[in-house]
Amino acid sequence: MNIKVWSSVIGGLMLAAGAQAAEYTSIQSDKSSLHFVYKQMGVPVDGSFKKFNTQLAFDPAKLANAKVDFELNLASIDAGSDEANDEVASKSWFNTKVYPKATFASTAVKQLAANRYEVSGKMTIKGHTQTITAPFTFTPQGNSAKVDGSFVLKRSEFAIGEGVWADFGTVANEIQINFHFLANASK
Amino acid sequence: MQKARYTLTAIAIHWGMALLLITLFVVGLYMHELKFSPFKLQVYAWHKWAGVTAFILVMLRLAWRLKHRPPALPWTMSKMTKLGAQIGHGMLYFLMIAIPLSGWLMSSAKGFQTVYFGVLPIPDLLSKDKALGDLLETTHMVLNYSMAAILVGHIGAAIKHHLVDKDDVLRRMLPWRAR
Repeated sequence: MNIKVWSSVIGGLMLAAGAQAAEYTSIQSDKSSLHFVYKQMGVPVDGSFKKFNTQLAFDPAKLANAKVDFELNLASIDAGSDEANDEVASKSWFNTKVYPKATFASTAVKQLAANRYEVSGKMTIKGHTQTITAPFTFTPQGNSAKVDGSFVLKRSEFAIGEGVWADFGTVANEIQINFHFLANASK
Repeated sequence: MQKARYTLTAIAIHWGMALLLITLFVVGLYMHELKFSPFKLQVYAWHKWAGVTAFILVMLRLAWRLKHRPPALPWTMSKMTKLGAQIGHGMLYFLMIAIPLSGWLMSSAKGFQTVYFGVLPIPDLLSKDKALGDLLETTHMVLNYSMAAILVGHIGAAIKHHLVDKDDVLRRMLPWRAR
């Protein structure tokens, strides 16, 4: 191997190390998604949210300062069918007229393993606030990083689905939330 | 001479399926008009479970039918009428298979897997596709109305055999005349 190749390899490693230490400050929304799976009469149904805003400050080397604020536009839901989309906007579900947004504000991020972390914070939906903890993987790729994680949200803790829907026989209490974000490092 | 009859098994299958399929048809019409509610989702699930059951029973019925020929049609019937009866019965069997299949495919295309009794997931052949889901919904409906039309013909023919031709075709399928 000649010197040119070696120098580019070493240069590449240094760049990678540099990227590792970077602070990630934004989410690329066109390459990020928020999906969920809920069970209806034992049938897993997929859904997603199209619109969300994220404020991010995440440096793997300085976890104590890590912070993520997340704001979700509840009207951008796709709950699996047109009928379901109309229904979940209603008072007994999200009551989107009164509570158009769900928010998450992190309180702590800790490392579980290499590239594996756990974020805790306050989730507020429909006027109810609960502490949520979600593990995620953080995979740096050049100047950005892939963030993948999931957690289970219990809809009853946020009064999502009241009245006739409160029973879990038709729609289960547990909603699996899966997030895939592309985070960009600050330049 | 003993007249040709259907066996008790054949009679039980015929009327059992008639009851199940007519119930499924009526429930299908009814549930479509329901306001969105937990009850609607439950009825849809029940309809799908019953539809899967009907499909399984039709398969068993066909397997049984292949080994058990029905009694011959009366010799008084013309060749054309016999052919008509054969085509009609063939269509009924075809629809008994096609209707549950179209329902299952429609569910898959609409993004709702069929989970038999909420326990046994039946694989999706199609992935979610709204346009295809709508097309299959229309298909499911058209097949059902075709079934209803042929059933009207089936019942009309049985009554004609009984009242006009005065033969044994209707009576030999009646449970209380079987033996």
